[in-house]
Amino acid sequence: MDYGLLSSIIHAILVASTPLVFAGLGALIQERAGVLNLGIEGLMIVGALAGFATALAGYPLLMSVLAAALAGALLASIFAVLVLRLYANPVATGLALTLFGLGLAALAGSQYVGQAAPQVDTWAIPLLHHLPVIGHALFSHDPLVYLSILMAFVIWWFLKKSRAGLILRAVGENHTSAHALGFSVRGIRFLAITSGGALAAIGGSYLTLVQTPLFVEGMTAGRGWIALALVVFASWRPFRVIAGAYLFGSVTILQLHSQAFGISIPAQWLSMLPYIVTIVALVLISARGEKGLAAPGSLGKIFRVSR
Amino acid sequence: MIFVEARAVTRWYHEWIAVLIALILTVATASALLASLGLDPVSSLHRIFIRPLNSVYGVSELLAKATPLITIGVALALGFRAGVWNIGAEGQLVMGGLCGGAVALAFWGVDGFWVMPLILLGGTLGGLVWGAIPAFLKVRFNANEILVSLMLTYVAILMLSVMVHGPLRDPAGFNFPESRLFHDAATLPKLFSAGRGHLGFVFALMFAVLGTWVVKRWHLGFEMRVTGLSPTAAKFAGYSRDRTVWMALLIGGAVSGFAGVVEVTGNIGQLVPNISPSYGFTAIIVAFLARLHPLAVIPAGLLVALSYLAGEAAQLSLGIPAASTQVFQGLLLFFLLGTSLLVNYRIRFGRIG
Amino acid sequence: MTESVAIAERLSASSKQCLGVRGLSKYFGDFAANRDVTLSVDAGEIHALLGENGAGKSTLVKMIYGILKPDTGSMELLAKPYSPDSPSDAKHSGVGMVFQHFAVFDALTVLENIALGLEGRFPDEILAAEIAEVCDRYRLHVELNRRVHDLGAGERQRVEIIRVLMQDPRLLILDEPTSVLTPQETEQLFTTLDRLSDEGRSIIYISHKLDEVRALCDRATLMRAGQVVDVVDPRQESTRSLGEKMIGERLTETKRSKVSSAEKHKARLTVRVGDVYPESTRNVVLNDVYLSVAPGSILGISGVSGNGQDTLFDLLSGELTLPNPDSIVLDGEPIAHFGVEKRRFLGLLGAPENRLGHAAIPELTLWENVILTARHTRGILKNDHLISGTSAKAFADEVIKTFDVRTPSLNAKASSLSGGNLQKFLIGRELLGQPKVFVVSNPTWGVDAKAQLFIHQMLMKMADEGASVILISQDIDELLSVTDRICAICHGRLSRTFPTDEMTPEHLGALMLGQEIDS
Repeated sequence: MDYGLLSSIIHAILVASTPLVFAGLGALIQERAGVLNLGIEGLMIVGALAGFATALAGYPLLMSVLAAALAGALLASIFAVLVLRLYANPVATGLALTLFGLGLAALAGSQYVGQAAPQVDTWAIPLLHHLPVIGHALFSHDPLVYLSILMAFVIWWFLKKSRAGLILRAVGENHTSAHALGFSVRGIRFLAITSGGALAAIGGSYLTLVQTPLFVEGMTAGRGWIALALVVFASWRPFRVIAGAYLFGSVTILQLHSQAFGISIPAQWLSMLPYIVTIVALVLISARGEKGLAAPGSLGKIFRVSR
Repeated sequence: MIFVEARAVTRWYHEWIAVLIALILTVATASALLASLGLDPVSSLHRIFIRPLNSVYGVSELLAKATPLITIGVALALGFRAGVWNIGAEGQLVMGGLCGGAVALAFWGVDGFWVMPLILLGGTLGGLVWGAIPAFLKVRFNANEILVSLMLTYVAILMLSVMVHGPLRDPAGFNFPESRLFHDAATLPKLFSAGRGHLGFVFALMFAVLGTWVVKRWHLGFEMRVTGLSPTAAKFAGYSRDRTVWMALLIGGAVSGFAGVVEVTGNIGQLVPNISPSYGFTAIIVAFLARLHPLAVIPAGLLVALSYLAGEAAQLSLGIPAASTQVFQGLLLFFLLGTSLLVNYRIRFGRIG
Repeated sequence: MTESVAIAERLSASSKQCLGVRGLSKYFGDFAANRDVTLSVDAGEIHALLGENGAGKSTLVKMIYGILKPDTGSMELLAKPYSPDSPSDAKHSGVGMVFQHFAVFDALTVLENIALGLEGRFPDEILAAEIAEVCDRYRLHVELNRRVHDLGAGERQRVEIIRVLMQDPRLLILDEPTSVLTPQETEQLFTTLDRLSDEGRSIIYISHKLDEVRALCDRATLMRAGQVVDVVDPRQESTRSLGEKMIGERLTETKRSKVSSAEKHKARLTVRVGDVYPESTRNVVLNDVYLSVAPGSILGISGVSGNGQDTLFDLLSGELTLPNPDSIVLDGEPIAHFGVEKRRFLGLLGAPENRLGHAAIPELTLWENVILTARHTRGILKNDHLISGTSAKAFADEVIKTFDVRTPSLNAKASSLSGGNLQKFLIGRELLGQPKVFVVSNPTWGVDAKAQLFIHQMLMKMADEGASVILISQDIDELLSVTDRICAICHGRLSRTFPTDEMTPEHLGALMLGQEIDS
């Protein structure tokens, strides 16, 4: 067993999975509030560009991440206004968001073709990173990896242990009852959408800040859609999002290193794996659908304020 | 304060006024975007939207691009009316192109009037199967058809890539990932002397007419519409939701597959890794632009096809990437969705309660 | 014990009146939901608000609870002017309300549900302890960590009640609280309410269950058509006198002349089945269903809504099928396994309670709505696949003309018709199909008096021409005047069937409460 290789592979899996963790959490928070936002792909690429441009301009990592988050929140708010205030069809609006985001990123990103942004330093965790094998694999990453795990904790804590999170869950379960109790369903959903959008955009920024130093149009390559599937796979629970993201990341890395494992079929068959696994996961989760693991009750239903 | 109130009667012109407003807003926003890039909006818009149409070549290209958009747009309009969200039409298109193309290559060099229909059939079946998968999974396991059909799109594109890099690759092609050029019997005739406009456009028009008839006269069209409007009333009427899901996805898949094989035999003339600049996704916008009316899909498809041409023209003459046409398309859809509220609701000022 | 005495003394020392309402009116367009309503509730009083559906009770309490704002009149709470802008205001002023349809969240625990109703509180041990104290005081039992979807209706209501009690309300409003409770749960509720009133809290108890009101309440305000008709002491009144005051005068209707043909006793449709489980978990399970109806006869099934009528309708119409075909027999043929279309073909037609969204689709035109149920007749569906617009329109036209449906055209959307006209259209749509058996649910809710009369005549004519009619309704008056035989449904169980001319309102009321039901 080549531990060096194993260590590198695990390291690579974390790197490949982190955008999915962020995007998955971003989708999760919206869906727990009852909103299905199909625009995650558009949000990610806009985040990728925003982060890239900021880093290119010489700003530190924190500013780049914030820029991405802001871009995501702004773009998501367009979705929020259309769906919450103008009662637009959420499926079509999410698609419009994806298209618009992809196009906007392509348009605005054309000026950056070929330029390389400075890459992010690794924050090796003191002491722990000296451990054999797992030291490099788990504790020698850029700050965003740690942030993604932290975010999962934060969201878990928020949903389970805070009143605001309880209210958000209530809105997602039954927006009619929530409204009857006096909660502002639209206000809460707006916050969920914008913060979820910000998270998705941060996930996208990981692509340009860490994974590759370039910006290429369409570089998200469907990750946004996988993030949506991830949330279903995770039964809408934050820690399971991490598990699912790492699973998909593993499949991606496996496919890249297939030759090292002696697999000689064309790479495309392996590239299909993440998508096929997603379908299988979806089927398994949907088929079971018991109350405990089921989707938030008002997911996909349009909330109308009746007078 | 401002609030909305449902209209008692919706007149037909309410719908088209909403569309018009959306178009105006889109053009306005696009102009603003162009201006922010330092370009003169009026002349730029003219250059990318109007000029391409000033030649036979231009019109021909327009029709070529509109063909898959109209074809798929009609099928999607039908399915969306039924509340079935086939977002994976792109994958069904690719599958259709792949299967049809495979048939064309299998009969390479063979002449006969029956070759083309066989190829078209092959493509249609390929798309049909690709649409059947999400249908089955939804009916049997309640799996969300949006996500399943979407995932299958990526699978289809990868399958095409495998085939074109391997088994279907042109042996005399210097190792480029493309198939042999289809022979004459496997190619759809062109409509003009210039450009790539081909017979597929006529098929597209036929589909639009057929679609209108299905919605108005065919019972299945009515059944699907009812299921989309009110599942409870549909049940009372004796309609089955499962049947609607199957039909919507099978029709969507078959027609998208047909569009795919038509693209491959009419427009491209061979199999290559990338046979569609996201026609399957853009057709969704076409369907909404047409407000799900099959006949209106024709002008909607032409308009969106024009946006594709505009994108290419923008790349050539303005130096902005062709993909930025998606900004226009996304904006259009945004504004459409925003103004559609006006169709069924009225804005009122005043107090509530 | 000492605490409640102290509270009662404190309250009696202050103003005796808890809530005073004067001249309250509320209009929706031209319609007067409430007109010049006066109400007075003393401290520690359990005050009933009686009236049929549509009498205006809901509107009144919505104004008291801050959901609606009155157009005229004033309110006083504990001798101070009271005019809440929202339920939040009402809660702060000491008014609590338990709705008929509980605002609970199935996927959350009881503790979380209660916490949500309390501002600024988080479900933790402190809250749990406070809740335990309240439960103790009022002898209410709930398991805080169970998810609400596991709970029955009585327990869910308890969650709502506890939530309200935690806010220490002076005035508690309960809207039809026992409509979903078993007799034992009802008793428990009454015990709790008595305790609350001993403490000096006031209760407004909305109901149309006359027996309960007589057992529980100190005073009763009777409403009809948006106005107060009387304020009485229910214990001094008999159920009959209360019933009479509630129902009041109606347009004189042709009373049903009894069917005298020999065919009277030969059943056309028989339903005999054990337990029936509806598809939606919100609908009530039926137990031991037995009913039969003869040709030319109208069978009435009375009951307060929410006791299984929806499941029963679905069972009869074919939206719910059963594995054992013999459970339902029509003219000797087992049909329980047949779906909607097959039953229609055999002459079993129906008109459900929800006109828009079940019987018809609001966005479709009248002639398109005809296609939904009548497509296999009159050449509307050609060759099984083509719709003939002409035939559908002709049929729609016939319905409109025959049944005096007021509408600008058959191209009008179903949603544009008034309730009465739409109902005439929908029943007419089925009537022209000459059904052998016709099942109809609450045909005249929200329908003006004239159309109501017309519809009743339609039903009676149908029966006169030999059809069997099953009329499911909440309207006692309607049932007593239109039907030949009558029974009641309560908690998913059907009572015995009685000839209508031997039935009285209070007997029917008792049946609707679940008394005298044979198992």
